[in-house]
Amino acid sequence: MMMSPQTAPFSPIFGRLTLDSLPLHEPIVVVTFIMVIIGGIGVVGAITYFKAWGMLWRDWFTSVDHKKIGVMYIVLGLIMFLRGFTDAMMMRAQQAISFGSNEGYLPPDHYNQIFTAHGVIMIFFVAMPLVAGLMNYVVPLQIGARDVSFPMLNNFSFWMTAAGAVITMISLFVGNYARTGWLAMPPLSGIGASPDVGVDYYIWGLQVAGVGTLLAGVNLVATILKMRAPGMTLMKMPIFTWSALCTNILIVAAFPVLTAVLALLSLDRYADTHFFTSTLGGNPMMYVNLIWIWGHPEVYILILPAFGVFSEVVATFSRKRLFGYSSMVYALVVITILAYLVWLHHFFTMGSGANVNAFFGITTMIISIPTGAKIFNWLFTMYRGRINFELPMMWTVAFMLTFVIGGMTGVLLAVPPADFVLHNSLFLVAHFHNVIIGGVLFGMFAGINYWWPKAFGFKLDTKWGKRSFWLWVSGFYFAFMPLYALGLMGVTRRLQHFDDPSLQPFFIVAAFGAMLIALGIAAMGMQFYVSIRNREQLRDLTGDPWGARTLEWSTSSPPPDYNFAMTPVVHDNDAWWDMKQNGYQRPDSGFQPIHMPKNTGIGVILAGFSVAFGFAMVWHIWWLAAISLASIIGGAIFHTFNYDRDFFIPEEEVIRVEGQRNAALVEQG
Amino acid sequence: MNAETYEPYMRGGRPIYHLPEEPHHPDGHSTMLGFWIYLMSDCLIFAVLFATYAVSSHSFAGGPGPHELFELPLVALNTAMLLFSSITYGFAMLVMDQGKKGATLAWLGVTALFGLSFLGIELYEFHTLITEGATPESSAFLSAFFTLVGTHGLHVTFGLIWMATLMVQVSSRGLIAANKRRLMCLSMFWHFLDVVWIGVFTFVYLMGSIQ
Amino acid sequence: MAAQQRDLIVIATVLMLLIIIPVMVLTVMFARRYREQNEAVDYDPDWDHSTALEFVVWAAPLLIIICLGAVTWTGTHRLDPYRPVERITAHKALAKDVKPLDIEVVSLDWKWLFIYPEYGIATVNEVAAPVDRPIAFHLTSSSVMNAFYIPTLAGMIYTMPGMETKLHAVINKPGDYEGFSSNFSGDGFSKMRFRFNGMSEADFSDWVKTVHSADKTLDRPRYLTLEQPSSAVPVMHFGTVTPDLFEAILNQCVKPGTRCMSDMMKADKQTAAGEGRAPTLQDMGEMKGHIAEDVRLHGAGLTPPDRKLRAERTAMNDPSVQSSSPSTVL
Repeated sequence: MMMSPQTAPFSPIFGRLTLDSLPLHEPIVVVTFIMVIIGGIGVVGAITYFKAWGMLWRDWFTSVDHKKIGVMYIVLGLIMFLRGFTDAMMMRAQQAISFGSNEGYLPPDHYNQIFTAHGVIMIFFVAMPLVAGLMNYVVPLQIGARDVSFPMLNNFSFWMTAAGAVITMISLFVGNYARTGWLAMPPLSGIGASPDVGVDYYIWGLQVAGVGTLLAGVNLVATILKMRAPGMTLMKMPIFTWSALCTNILIVAAFPVLTAVLALLSLDRYADTHFFTSTLGGNPMMYVNLIWIWGHPEVYILILPAFGVFSEVVATFSRKRLFGYSSMVYALVVITILAYLVWLHHFFTMGSGANVNAFFGITTMIISIPTGAKIFNWLFTMYRGRINFELPMMWTVAFMLTFVIGGMTGVLLAVPPADFVLHNSLFLVAHFHNVIIGGVLFGMFAGINYWWPKAFGFKLDTKWGKRSFWLWVSGFYFAFMPLYALGLMGVTRRLQHFDDPSLQPFFIVAAFGAMLIALGIAAMGMQFYVSIRNREQLRDLTGDPWGARTLEWSTSSPPPDYNFAMTPVVHDNDAWWDMKQNGYQRPDSGFQPIHMPKNTGIGVILAGFSVAFGFAMVWHIWWLAAISLASIIGGAIFHTFNYDRDFFIPEEEVIRVEGQRNAALVEQG
Repeated sequence: MNAETYEPYMRGGRPIYHLPEEPHHPDGHSTMLGFWIYLMSDCLIFAVLFATYAVSSHSFAGGPGPHELFELPLVALNTAMLLFSSITYGFAMLVMDQGKKGATLAWLGVTALFGLSFLGIELYEFHTLITEGATPESSAFLSAFFTLVGTHGLHVTFGLIWMATLMVQVSSRGLIAANKRRLMCLSMFWHFLDVVWIGVFTFVYLMGSIQ
Repeated sequence: MAAQQRDLIVIATVLMLLIIIPVMVLTVMFARRYREQNEAVDYDPDWDHSTALEFVVWAAPLLIIICLGAVTWTGTHRLDPYRPVERITAHKALAKDVKPLDIEVVSLDWKWLFIYPEYGIATVNEVAAPVDRPIAFHLTSSSVMNAFYIPTLAGMIYTMPGMETKLHAVINKPGDYEGFSSNFSGDGFSKMRFRFNGMSEADFSDWVKTVHSADKTLDRPRYLTLEQPSSAVPVMHFGTVTPDLFEAILNQCVKPGTRCMSDMMKADKQTAAGEGRAPTLQDMGEMKGHIAEDVRLHGAGLTPPDRKLRAERTAMNDPSVQSSSPSTVL
């Protein structure tokens, strides 16, 4: 290992961490820090006051139940969303005022951290947890399983993702974050141009979270391939499960590349190797290629589950079978494969030559064929339906109208000569926000509104939901349409200051749009609050409030720990619809004891050591790094000596729970 | 799940929605598949490192190239160590299937010794290169070489720690189902490392030396 | 070129609107028509397949993409920035004997250096070219990546350290245009702007004369100072330039005593082919004797570490203040 750069003195105990590392001179950060501390004390105090620690630890943190882990993922995603959105508001504010002689309120080194953190957090710690949470919650229920293949690993995966988020958040208050953009391209992210801790926070946050993501991917692929209910052939799987299968295959086949490329970057930074340096044979272009070989599939990792949600929602609320099931499946598979053949379109402007550029431009456009087919299929699912415009369906229609615009601008960017003009411009920024907000986020909101009653047994409040919906959708258009225009005018992204005052009105409109979105988020918060307050009025005892089609709706809401008292048998790809059509009766006898995994705290513990390890590596505190790494390995080995990992839910307990549910159903009629 | 079991889901011409007997997912029935998927993802990490090596393999930064640095006889000896360890692991699995705990432990021990010698020789090679001045910092070629071979070495180290753990567990708990499953996973891991090493030996050492 | 790129964007957009607009109209129409409250329309809950429709939903996008693919293929080749300019405008052919104006561009932290090898002059943050004469830009970077972009002139192209990229373009109308970096490169990025002047032949000659008359010379030591990070840098003119300075920048051997990348690569080629006497470890040992400090950091190579420089750079609180520390090593 090399010594630390000369910016900070090195001490054997604290590495390069000194009191100066605390950003006490930055009033914005100090105020944030104080607010976080007050909020933190409030939350901790409340939990202590209500004596909820034991409950949290026993029922949630150490839980290996895929449903609870799914909920925890979504909570993590929503909390991190607040951070990522605050960054977005700060950027919009800066760009709205920083013209001519006005430098705005954020100096470049702070502004640059903010847009880097915004990108990283929104992708890795918002979109990924939301997607992972929905898949975790829904997939085992949809395939009629009692849990995932590796429940303990599932808990560990979640906590590693959370640990990555923690490492990233620490950078807000101790040291600083990367100022390189969300992909940390060398040489800018190399030790020469970025000698401070920012890029190291970036690397270790993502490496730790990446372990979780990869293992979660392995887990869900194995689950979907091995745990399906009898009768559920691959072509009878619900379409959301199909999208989850494709997504997790993409995760397993893409995240190792990210792990490897970040490892090489850290070797360049820590051990003075020459992979991506511009000296001694290093090749920065290699990083660009490798990171996008991960990065492009990543885009589909996010959007495919959203496609899956829309497919479920559109069929349920049109009260109709999904149109073109097999062509939907083929479209998913084609997109999965093509995801690996397009990465170069992210850097047409690096001088690859016309043949290479044209090839990758055309492969990119080809992806729009299966995507287009999917949109048509959703459309024809609505055709001759009886559409019930509940919130999930509203989000779906908003998605269909918004996403096609994003798709169109995406294909435009895939035309290399156009990309030579639009690359790195605000047009690009508008495009990917268009598909990520209009596609992924709308999909997650549709999914949360759709499956909330399954998870908690009551529906979400519609009034506040609609307010949030309209604020979000209009806010999105106000915020990003001006950016399309600016991009076409040649305005580039990541600028902290502008010379040309004629651009300012566009940025003010964009800032207004961001304000609307902020109100939309507040309305969503209200929606959750009001719904929880009025949960008795919103209560659903049927377990199937939407008249839905897939297996998760056949069990109670919330489902019992074991999901299904008896494993269902599947005859149709709308398994639950088929059961309802054929006069299915819930079983009331013949139950057997159910084999379940035991909770374990090992995930929390190992993730805690990982935070310590990441922090130590960032600050070059070698002794702590060594101890925490040894603890991770030791902890994992220690855990393998515990062979007592499962138990049986006794028959009487199953009879009691199912009896209560049958009684409730009868009572409701 | 397959064609034969599909028909029984009907009774008297009507579909049934529950089986009279719960379908049994035996403990760890997806472990092999899951571990195999994990190995494939690990394989991709090696793929990236191989690709990086291929890109950098002629970037000597004016320094020496592979044919001046590598000592094939030493590497051949090293390769033999790892190949032997794979064979002895195979023997361990054979006696494990016959339920012979002592013999299993003995073969695992032999495997571990071969693994340790492999690591020892690799460390010796690294040490020699570094004292000669051919360090990972010298050139992109050497960075890629040390990283690729070193990552493989780290995997072997991890495999040895795992093997030691399993030997303790087998000796204390015997060849129970859970331990057998773990031994099978380690077996896949160990043979996988062997396959990767064959790639390293061919692409890095052999092709480097004969150019 | 910029105009042709604009046309291409319009063509592609129109092609796609052919399918996007029907989709959007149908979405709204179906959403209205088949709403639950409207019981007058037919309801067909089990209708989930139609071979004809499925064919259409795959074939329609496919057709559009085939057209767009053809446009893309030809457009990409026609507008390849590496392809020398063949026509001055759509209506005006290029005279046979016109030699393009070579301009060497270097992105520095955080300003642009332009070298005119034909005239032996150099400028910072200002570049000029006569109208209707093809320009051949040769681009590289001193430290990190940037992208060279003059929206009115042509598309952007990256500048990368140790690599040369090319851009061919021609300006048809005199004027003062904006140019900037369009790839984020650090703290001074927002102010990394320059002016591009399209001039008549005569004005251009005058401009060249003005630059010539500047008494500053851009030699290697001056370049090494110039290369230090600074932002919002005013325009500079250099009346004379050391020949082959661009080559040296490209090969990262401006500093005396550093080995050029091109030499290194030549040696590597011999080493790889087993030709000649490749450098041995003894050679490396000797090198080490000379500059032990550098080698400790960077092994056998002779390019000294630039981390010291960067460390000082971050130590500066105000990025706009140019580092003047004489001890700075590049």
